Amino acid sequence: MGSRGSHAARIPDADSIRRETGFSQASLLRLYHRFRALDRNKKGYLSRVDLQQIGALAVNPLGDRIIDSFFPDGNLRVDFPGFVRVLAHFRPVDEDDSSMRDPKEPEPLNSRMNKLRFAFQLYDLDRDGKISRHEMLQVLRLMVGVQVTEEQLESIADRTVQEADEDGDGAVSFLEFTKSLEKMDIEQKMSIRILK
Amino acid sequence: MLRAALPLLGLPLAGAAATEEPTREPGSPGEPPPGLALFRWQWHEVEAPYLVALWILVASLAKIVFHLSRKVTSLVPESCLLILLGLVLGGIVLAVAKKAEYQLEPGTFFLFLLPPIVLDSGYFMPSRLFFDNLGAILTYAVVGTLWNAFTTGAALWGLQQAGFVAPRVQASFLDFLLFGSLISAVDPVAVLAVFEEVHVNDTLFIIVFGESLLNDAVTVVLYKVCNSFVEMGSANVQAADYLKGVAYLTAEMASLSAILAVTMCGLGCKKYVEANISHKSRTAVKYTMKTLASCAETVIFMLLGISAVDSSKWAWDSGLVLGTLFFILFFRALGVVLQTWVLNQFRLVPLDKIDQVVMSYGGLRGAVAFALVILLDRTKVPAKDYFVATTIVVVFFTVIVQGLTIKPLVKWLKVKRSEHHKPTLNQELHEHTFDHILAAVEDVVGHHGYHYWRDRWEQFDKKYLSQLLMRRSAYRIRDQIWDVYYRLNIRDAISFVDQGGHILSSTGLTLPSMPSRNSVAETSVTNLLRESGSGACLDLQVIDTVRSGRDREDAVMHHLLCGGLYKPRRRYKASCSRHFISEDAQERQDKEVFQQNMKRRLESFKSTKHNICFTKSKPRPRKTGRKKNGLANTEATNGKPPRDLGFQDTAAVILTVESEEEEESDSSETEKEDDEGIIFVARATNEVLQEGKVSGSLEVCPSPRIIPPSPTCAEKELPWKSGQGDLAVYVSSETTKIVPVDMQAGWNQSISSLESLASPPCTQAPTMTRLPPCPLATEEAQPFHLPYDPRPSFAFPPSLAKAGRSRSESSADIPQQQELQPLMGHEDRTRLSPRTANSHWCIQFNKGGRL
Repeated sequence: MGSRGSHAARIPDADSIRRETGFSQASLLRLYHRFRALDRNKKGYLSRVDLQQIGALAVNPLGDRIIDSFFPDGNLRVDFPGFVRVLAHFRPVDEDDSSMRDPKEPEPLNSRMNKLRFAFQLYDLDRDGKISRHEMLQVLRLMVGVQVTEEQLESIADRTVQEADEDGDGAVSFLEFTKSLEKMDIEQKMSIRILK
Repeated sequence: MLRAALPLLGLPLAGAAATEEPTREPGSPGEPPPGLALFRWQWHEVEAPYLVALWILVASLAKIVFHLSRKVTSLVPESCLLILLGLVLGGIVLAVAKKAEYQLEPGTFFLFLLPPIVLDSGYFMPSRLFFDNLGAILTYAVVGTLWNAFTTGAALWGLQQAGFVAPRVQASFLDFLLFGSLISAVDPVAVLAVFEEVHVNDTLFIIVFGESLLNDAVTVVLYKVCNSFVEMGSANVQAADYLKGVAYLTAEMASLSAILAVTMCGLGCKKYVEANISHKSRTAVKYTMKTLASCAETVIFMLLGISAVDSSKWAWDSGLVLGTLFFILFFRALGVVLQTWVLNQFRLVPLDKIDQVVMSYGGLRGAVAFALVILLDRTKVPAKDYFVATTIVVVFFTVIVQGLTIKPLVKWLKVKRSEHHKPTLNQELHEHTFDHILAAVEDVVGHHGYHYWRDRWEQFDKKYLSQLLMRRSAYRIRDQIWDVYYRLNIRDAISFVDQGGHILSSTGLTLPSMPSRNSVAETSVTNLLRESGSGACLDLQVIDTVRSGRDREDAVMHHLLCGGLYKPRRRYKASCSRHFISEDAQERQDKEVFQQNMKRRLESFKSTKHNICFTKSKPRPRKTGRKKNGLANTEATNGKPPRDLGFQDTAAVILTVESEEEEESDSSETEKEDDEGIIFVARATNEVLQEGKVSGSLEVCPSPRIIPPSPTCAEKELPWKSGQGDLAVYVSSETTKIVPVDMQAGWNQSISSLESLASPPCTQAPTMTRLPPCPLATEEAQPFHLPYDPRPSFAFPPSLAKAGRSRSESSADIPQQQELQPLMGHEDRTRLSPRTANSHWCIQFNKGGRL
């Protein structure tokens, strides 16, 4: 217990981060170690290059976009609170969390809406709040194997947008995005057990 | 019903049993020798296949009989019924042959009956779900089974030591362990038979079922080990032997059991098998497997019932039976609770108490335990008869009592049921995204968990396995997003076909009954389609999304016409041999439906979404002013009033009727289509809108609600261009629904009356009309093909619909290439669609007006 406390003490602003993200002491510590391991030359923040060095991310079709999501607003560096804040989206939802929560507080980062928003932003490259057909096509191109021709991809993209599009503007807004996924158990699908 | 069938089933059986007897004891009394001599000789030749065939016949008859009564099958699981039937049959056999015959032989069971079932379940196992829950499944299968075996065996031994088991049951501790190991395994056949009907949520199902599949491996190995110990004799077993036993166990585990191997084979090969064979073969494989498994399952349960009748094999001991029953239930529950508690520490979604109750209660024992206990060697295990009796009681108790009660229990506990929703492209795509996101986040966090390894595996699979195991052309089919897209297309086509079939059936020409029937029967389909967000669901969507009464009536009328008018066409075919519809024509129709569907998707969607408010429609050059005037007239007069005029008027239907002769004479170009006989152009809802627009001054702009989101999508499609060159001539983007029809006096009357109401200025009777070839041709070009063969009989629809479905399904892979092409080519057209589509409404209307 004591040792944990002393470790936690090394994390700057540990308490406020925990309050914001809801991470347990242990996970925060684990993340802190990871953060320091990724931070190659101990500069105290992560740059794009640091994340790009993670081998498996390079082969992940969405790897680049996920790295981007760590650097909002064109920042070039992410500090530890920012790093944790992104990862907090993937904290599993526990029931007592939501019931105990003060309604006046902002939604926790791991709420369904925030999880969805995170995913949505991976699609919405130009940040206009809509997934256009073009953006959908780009994602599909990443996801679907090379065997599908461009034309087929386009028709899939069309169909996908059509499916979700309700107001007929040819793009998927965040509302439509959530609607198209309302049957899916997002809380479960977008959570990683280890990030308690 | 069952009773009625029994004598029938009993007869051949009795015959078989009776005839087999004499072969063993010649001169058995009561058999007339001369006829029998010949028969006896033949009987030997055909005995094995004859018996097999007989069993399958009895099994299928039994299944048919069971399913005649829905009430019974909804309450009682089929496995229970089969066991009961087996009991009865066994009784008959026993009574006739004075000797129990046709028992469940372990050899037959393990070699012939079990593999199809296991392969089937492995093949159709939702692999994603299975691997998502692999940890839990393995825990329950291995730890749970070991736990059950040892605790049950030990407890029974304790029971015997305590004196609750009669001393005539001579069994050592090892014997009890052996018995415990064989009785502990949850049986996949029984579990599958019961749980398939219960529909609990996917996670629960996969855990119980996966456990039952995998634990057979553990059971069989454990059984072998114990058996070898027992055969050595307990006195000879040294501590070292236990170690050897463990080693043996491990070795056996490594080589795995046949059951596990078959399961994994099914699980692993599915992906590659399916990708490499054609759609038709896939269907064939699917049904072959299902049929085999179903036959095997039926026979197993029936034989189980029959075997139980043989009283020579078993000896009863109440203490042992009751003790076993209690212990297996108790230790199963205890084991589940303990393991779940441990597992929940590691699970993202913990299993709650209700799940645990169902899992404990769902531990059905079955034929595996029975086959294993029959395999025991009586000389080595003196208490075998008692064990057999106990096993039979346990199996019967779990299958019948638990099988019967689990459904009410699930309902009562409000266990989360599985919700079936159709996949949508969005869900599929986003699910993939989520997988990648999670894998990436695991990378970032530096924890190589489940998602990481799954991602790894997928990359490995993509890079090597798929390259090795799949045809090149199969890659695409394999892609899941593409697959969903493809299946959605097929489904729309099918629903289209079904819809036609359904309407046909419900068309009694009784107009008042139509709305209710439509709404009841079709909303389900509609909902499905709407769920998928497809804009291509034809008129169904009109009914569903448009709430205004008038539009609904329009749609109903539309359906009525479309269905009712289609019917005579069949008669036409039957009567006229000149235009004989060959199989080719049939296939062509299927293709057309397909192609239409593909096109419609994009087109209708875009036009509906973007053109809700169009201002003025552009008349098409070919159909000129004269008609336009008529149209304007018609609309001006009819646009508003229909609301008040009642049903027929509101339908605003315009029919273009062509007699067969005319068509033949003036349509040299239309030979391709001339099997359609007469053609009605039935236009519903959209005219109403159009009217409002064209006679813009007088009509209010219809509220968005009234506008059908996809103005009867059926009409919106561009003409399909199949390979036939001459048809290309007629290509127009007219949004017309043409229903080919034959002449029928009553119909004509009703139609002409409709029409006269719809378009007062028109004086000509529709049947008299002779259109100039040009408009006719254009109409012909985009017939709304109802995709099946006209048939002489009228009272069929479900079967017809089904036929249509299977056909379109089976032909799916053939037109796949073609269906893409129109889709692609279509896109440019769709882009300019808003206007054009609408304009054609107008034109269509013109035609009607002129009529």
